[in-house]
Amino acid sequence: MVSKKVEFIVGLFVALGLAAILALSLKVADSGFSGNGTTYQLYAKFENIGGLKVRSPIKVGGVVIGRVSDISLDSEDFTPVVTLDIFEEYDNFSEATSVSILTSGLLGEQYLGLQPGFIDESLEILQPGDYIEDTKSALVLEELIGQFLFSQGSGD
Amino acid sequence: MESILRLGQSTVSVFSGLGRAVIMLMSALLHVPNFKKGYPLLVKQLYAVGSLSLIIIVVSGGFIGMVLALQGYTILVDYGAEASLGPMVALSLLRELGPVVAALLFAGRAGSSLTAEIGLMKATEQLSSMEMMAVDPLRRVIAPRFWAGFIAMPLLAAIFSMVGILGAHLVGVDWLGVDSGTFWSMMQSQVEFGKDIMNGMIKSVVFAFVVTWIAVYKGYDCEPTSEGISRATTSTVVQSSLLVLGLDFVLTALMFAR
Amino acid sequence: MTDILVDIKNMTFKREERTIYENINISIPKGKVTAIMGPSGIGKTTLLRLIGGQLKPQSGDILFDGQNIPTLSRSRLYDVRKRMSMLFQSGALFSEMNVFDNIAFPIREHTQLTDDIIEKMVLMKLQAVGLRGAKDLKPSELSGGMARRAALARSIALDPELIMYDEPFAGQDPISMGVIVRLIKSLNEALGLTSIVVSHDVTEVMSIADYIYIIAEQKVIGQGTAQEIRNQTSGLVNQFVQGEADGPVPFHFPAKGLKEELLKVTK
Repeated sequence: MVSKKVEFIVGLFVALGLAAILALSLKVADSGFSGNGTTYQLYAKFENIGGLKVRSPIKVGGVVIGRVSDISLDSEDFTPVVTLDIFEEYDNFSEATSVSILTSGLLGEQYLGLQPGFIDESLEILQPGDYIEDTKSALVLEELIGQFLFSQGSGD
Repeated sequence: MESILRLGQSTVSVFSGLGRAVIMLMSALLHVPNFKKGYPLLVKQLYAVGSLSLIIIVVSGGFIGMVLALQGYTILVDYGAEASLGPMVALSLLRELGPVVAALLFAGRAGSSLTAEIGLMKATEQLSSMEMMAVDPLRRVIAPRFWAGFIAMPLLAAIFSMVGILGAHLVGVDWLGVDSGTFWSMMQSQVEFGKDIMNGMIKSVVFAFVVTWIAVYKGYDCEPTSEGISRATTSTVVQSSLLVLGLDFVLTALMFAR
Repeated sequence: MTDILVDIKNMTFKREERTIYENINISIPKGKVTAIMGPSGIGKTTLLRLIGGQLKPQSGDILFDGQNIPTLSRSRLYDVRKRMSMLFQSGALFSEMNVFDNIAFPIREHTQLTDDIIEKMVLMKLQAVGLRGAKDLKPSELSGGMARRAALARSIALDPELIMYDEPFAGQDPISMGVIVRLIKSLNEALGLTSIVVSHDVTEVMSIADYIYIIAEQKVIGQGTAQEIRNQTSGLVNQFVQGEADGPVPFHFPAKGLKEELLKVTK
């Protein structure tokens, strides 16, 4: 009933559609599938998280090693708790590792920068679920300006 | 008093129309499909609604991508942010324009012809005579057309987005001089598979369902006169366009708002 | 009387407020041509749809070979429909297929026969209606009479027991009218099927029908063989058979008095 030509054109159409989906996933998105790899969680408390958002990247020296998966407020001391999803291949950060909230460029997005601490026999490796103790909060522009003005004022 | 009466009547007719549409879809789709007989019918309809819509989708996708690049560039260059052209174009196409414009074009191109075709079959008693031959027109005529539209439209939307991005590349990179590497790498770092591409696909699947459903229902339910068919065709395009835009807002709010 | 194939008992059918049939009784004998006549607009086509199960009556029974059509389940109804077929007034050929595929359609849908056998069957049916030469034409290329003959070939494709003709003579020139009359008669004799002809073309129907029902005002107003109908004394039947403009069925659609309405216009 259906001619070979019609079958061919329909096949071509479906193949083209699937190719477009594939191209979108591979070429346009960041290799989306590796982002779904297995991760483990670390936690970090900050004074102030500024503009950090869920899914913000976590970088070591510019390389993305994970993403922020959750931001909540500790119900006891009212400080923000950030959950870090870190790819499993990066599993040997020591206790001395510090984490700070940085900004990419002047107007860019905020991200978490991880500075791996030295590894020593006296220091343990961070296990899934541990808290990173050494944290530096986001720079809030208004506070910076306030501090600057204050120090100017007191200097005179 | 009379206006209240009329309001009541039109409410009743809206709900009974919805009920008829649901019943029609149920009885067309809820049965064990016969693949041997169904396959050639589906291929034929995929050709009619899919392959034949390809040209309009490719051409409009290309132009929309080019316009986006041109407009986006003139805005972004003021902030020295023309490097963000790639992600801007890709995100607008993947999240919004791909699914929505493809759905609107599909409603105009394929939806209206589905309605007119089915309506004409009804007016010339072809559906009735099929029923008397113990062949259920819902399964023989409606079901393959519905599935073809449902399958074709997400594919068309993906092709639309891809061609749009290529069009933007043509204007942004080859004409306006944005660096090609920046264009792609900024796009890749900003676009996420799960959030942007999947959500766009979900949108176009929803739109495909709605537009094709309206098109086949309007044809099946139309008044079997030439005037009735023309009214049904118009209302297919109008209703599916409005519903696509309305649903787009709802879906966007559900998916991207935080 | 001979065997009854279709038996309609005390059937009442209403479309919204309007009563189409009230307590009507009709029996269609097996192997005969039964005609149903009546003025236009009294729902003769509706009667065929009722027999085919496309419409359901408000009350009463429609028995087809002992099975009550309105109460059948969907799948039983489709089984029964395989034993009957209907020739629509417009022919209702599928416009996207050529004549050959149109006639092959019911065979392909309901049987698992090979293409060779299907082709032979279709050619034989086309030969019977004299359209073997037109098998590659599209329905839009056929004249009205040819389309109706092609549709007739399609309705006999699966050798049904009952065939219902909806206005087979309407809008035909005398030659194709003669052809169709001959076809109905010869099909009925050759295949031994039962025919129901719905029409208001008195002379043609009189020439082929074994038994005639005349329906008007929601009821059967006259029945019998052609000869019996001619001898009827009822005014209504006479008016219909003789084709008089005015009589028990009034020429004027119900309206207010002419004088009253004209006066209103001049006011």
